[in-house]
This record gives sequence, C-alpha cells and structure tokens, in this order.
Amino acid sequence: MRRLAITLAFIVMACGAGPAAAERLVVSLSNHRVAVTSNFVGEELVLFGTIEPDPTTSPLRPPYDLVVTVSGPRQTIRTRRKERMLGIWVNADSREFVGAPSYLAVLSNRPVSNIASQDTLRRLQVGLDNFLLPQRIGGDVADTVRDEPFRRAFVRLQTRQGLYRESGTAVTFLTPTVFRAAIPMPAAVPTGTYSIDVKLFTGGVLVARTSSALEVIKTGFEQYVADAARDYGLLYGMATALMALVIGWFASVIFARD
Amino acid sequence: MQIYLPIADLPVNVFLVLGMGLAVGYISGMFGIGGGFLMTPLLIFIGISPAVAVATVSSHIAASSFTGAISYWRKRALDIALAMMLLSAGIVGTATGVWLFTLLRALDQLDLLIGVSYVTLLTIVGAMMIYESVRAIIRTRQGMPATLRRPGSHTWLHGLPFKLRFKRSKIYVSAIPVWAIGFVIGFVGAIMGIGGGFLLVPMLIYFLRVPTATVIGTSMVLTLVTMASATVMHAATNHLVDAVLALILMIGGVIGAQFGARTGQRMRGERLRLLLGLLVFAVGCRFAYELVVKPDDLYSLRYVMGG
Repeated sequence: MRRLAITLAFIVMACGAGPAAAERLVVSLSNHRVAVTSNFVGEELVLFGTIEPDPTTSPLRPPYDLVVTVSGPRQTIRTRRKERMLGIWVNADSREFVGAPSYLAVLSNRPVSNIASQDTLRRLQVGLDNFLLPQRIGGDVADTVRDEPFRRAFVRLQTRQGLYRESGTAVTFLTPTVFRAAIPMPAAVPTGTYSIDVKLFTGGVLVARTSSALEVIKTGFEQYVADAARDYGLLYGMATALMALVIGWFASVIFARD
Repeated sequence: MQIYLPIADLPVNVFLVLGMGLAVGYISGMFGIGGGFLMTPLLIFIGISPAVAVATVSSHIAASSFTGAISYWRKRALDIALAMMLLSAGIVGTATGVWLFTLLRALDQLDLLIGVSYVTLLTIVGAMMIYESVRAIIRTRQGMPATLRRPGSHTWLHGLPFKLRFKRSKIYVSAIPVWAIGFVIGFVGAIMGIGGGFLLVPMLIYFLRVPTATVIGTSMVLTLVTMASATVMHAATNHLVDAVLALILMIGGVIGAQFGARTGQRMRGERLRLLLGLLVFAVGCRFAYELVVKPDDLYSLRYVMGG
C-alpha cells in the first residue's frame, strides 16, 4: 500500500507539477474536426498557444523550444522488400510494424536535434528517429535501432506519401511566449482520432507538456459509400454491377442510330 | 476538378479519369475488347492500389461490354447458347480467381501474380496476333483471300465426347473445350482485372472455329457476365470496389466505346488485328520491363486489414 502511494506520488509529480514547472501551456486548435468530403484535397490546421507563468513559482525563462507531435490512428503496416529471384523482382522479406501511427508529424521551431540531448529526445520519443515503432519479429514485438533498414524504409515511404514528416520550421514564435504551429493534413490522411502532444523545452529540459486531440472523419456521401462497401459488401457489389448495366444500356440507347 | 474516392482513399482529377475512360473505351469499342488490360495499369499508374484497381475495373468493363452486347444483339450477331455454355464455366473460373486473389493478397505476392500473368499473356497473345495478321496482310497483297478458313479441318478437340450443336455459330463441338475456355477466361479475368476479350476471341476462332460474325458479340456477353459477377464477388470478399471511381470510368468508357466501334467498323479486319496485336504486345513488354529491371525502391508498404 505504501509502495503504491509512493508510486502514485511520483506519477503525480512527473505528470502534473513536474520537476521545474514554472510554465504552463495553453493551446487551442483552429479546428478539432477535419471532414473528408468529395472535394477534400488536404487541409492545414493551426494550433495556437501561449506559455504562461505558474503564479506560485518563478517567472518565465525564455528562450523556449516547442515540439508538437501529431499522431494518427494506429495501424499494422507491413513493409516488404523486393529481391531478385529467377531474374524477376519479387517481394521476399517483410516486417510488420505493429500499432504504428498512420500519420505522424513532428513539428518544432528548430530542428529537434538542436533542442535537447539525444538521450532526452529518445526518452521522450521526440522526432521521427526517436518515435517508438515496434516491429513483429517472429513471435516477439520490439522496437529496433533507428538505422535498421526496414524501419528506415518504412519512415521514408510514409514520408514520401506525406503521412510522416518532421519539420523544424512549422512552429513559429510570434512573441517569446506566443506560438503558432501549422499542422498539414494531406489529402490521403487516414480517418480516425489523432492525438496532439505539445512539449515545451528550455535549455534542453522538458518544462511543460500538454495534449489535445482532433478527429478526421468522412462525411456525407463518402461516409455512406465507405460504410456500405464495408458492411454490406454483397449488396454494394450488386448495386455497382447494376449501375454498370444501367450506364451501358443508357449509352446504347443514346447512341443508337437506327 | 478533384474528387475524393471513398474506397481508394485518395483524391483524383475527374477529368483525367474521365479522359482515361474515354481513351480506353475508344480502343475497346474499336477492337471489341473490354480494355481492362490497359485500364488497370493506368489506374495503378495514377496511384490507385493494384487491388482496388483490379476490383474496380471489372465493373467498368461490365458497363462497356453491356453496351457492346446490346448493339451486337440488335444485329443478331450473338450466339446465346454458346455464351451460356462458356458462362457456366466462367463463373466457376471467376470464383476460383477471386479466391486465389484473396489468398495471394494475404501472402504479399499479389503484385507478382498480376505482373507475371500480364507479361506471359500479353506478350504471347500479342506476338501471335502480330504474326497472324502480318501473314494475312501479306496474303492480301499477293491477291489471295485474307483468311484461310478451312471449314472441314478437324483438330483433336473435335474428337472429344459430349458433343453439342450451336446453331447460330454453325459449329458442332465437345462441351469439354468450351467449358475449359470459359473457366480460363473467368479465372484470368478475376485475377488480372481484365475481361479477357482479347484472349477469348482468338481462342474461340482458333480452337472452336466459331465464325467471325458471332465471335465478338458472344465474347461480349461472356465478358459482361464474368465481369459483373467479379464486381459482386470482389465487393463481397475484399471490399475493394470503388463505386465513385467506377462511375467516372464507366461514363467515359461507354461514350468512348461508341465512337471506337464506328472507327473499328471502317477498318480492315487484319489491319485491326495487327494494331491490337501491337498494342497488346507493347503493354506486355512494359510489364516485363518492370519485373526484370531493378525497381527504384525495393521496399513497399501494405496496410494489414483490421490492424
């Protein structure tokens, strides 16, 4: 019982007040809901925030560094590597990334490697290189070193699709304590709940942390079609086949010359 | 104008897709084929995943072959009995194909299967068509009839049991080769997202000696039913048919097909076959190139369903 109390006390200290919490973060998101409609081509969300002094303790200690990590719904994604077999290239080896975020953006006011030491970044999972991406290797699930070829390929491919990104310029300080972060949502964003984690550093130390969330949803017709295809596959297929027949028949009526 | 595709999960330019539908429709109307072997690679090229492309194209082909079948029906250039016989096997072939498609998708080898089957089929069929049509053109140049039709010639296929008579096509053949052809077309169609018209037409002509008058119409009926059922089966098992994409493709396709059919009717048969042969062969070579040459990126990603 006493051990539990001590543990709890530590957790409260770590999460709440923190070791040197002289600052508080107040953030607000321009939009908590991104609606994917038929003309959706991507969107940019804006996160505004200020750094406020905690009234009970010492005043502010600028300059500050801010890192915003946005991560999308978790998915299991397989990364495959092609190898040459009998003269042709086939998918040979593969690794499964279990519960990897389908979207991951690490936005900061300067490159994360300049903000804190490598150890700190690794511990706090700041930056694409330091984010935990567990792989299924045989029966085990474990994170690997960041230079592991499959992990590198995975991050590179996700980055190419615009789903993963790390930007050292996406956060701007309007005044030493007021900041703005641009969160890009490319057209191919997966739907689901996204978590936003905001970390404030000064002098290479984490001093405050807050979180927020946003939601990407399909709406209207898109939602309807996607749901129908998933839940009523057979009926949906029949409807599509019928649509093909109607259009085919319609064309032959319009173009019939005799 | 961009539109978001709900199943493919990406936005595409409506006019680009419509244009692709028109162009492929034109070619398909001209040669009396479905055009899936052109459409599927085009869709993959604009970023749609191979699985969604294959599944969606089947509905597009169903639409354009229905238009074609109606016009051949009006001209009475259709052998319903033969089509039904081929179909009964075609459905079984399609079901087997969809089953294998699902299985290989789980094993990560779907891209390979699609690639290899394209290369083998397209290059062989293309080369055969080029060879045959060039010979026909040379023969016409020399003042001989373009086609060497040997009505009396019998192959070993005609010695098989279960013989059936197809009145409209004026043939008397065993049910076994008819059934086998139907199965192969259904199977190949489901796996490759092609109607198989470019395969079926030569098979019917060379193996069963179906006269040219009824062959295209009959092939269209078969294509229509196999592709319509492939659409339903793909939708029911893999949930990969994108109705919005299908609709845009269909509209372009049926319009293009009408104009293509008019051009096709003005052209000489052997020229038409040579052109089609070249086209088929070229697409086959393009796929061969992709398989043999080292890819730009050795790695690729796949979302595991339900993950």
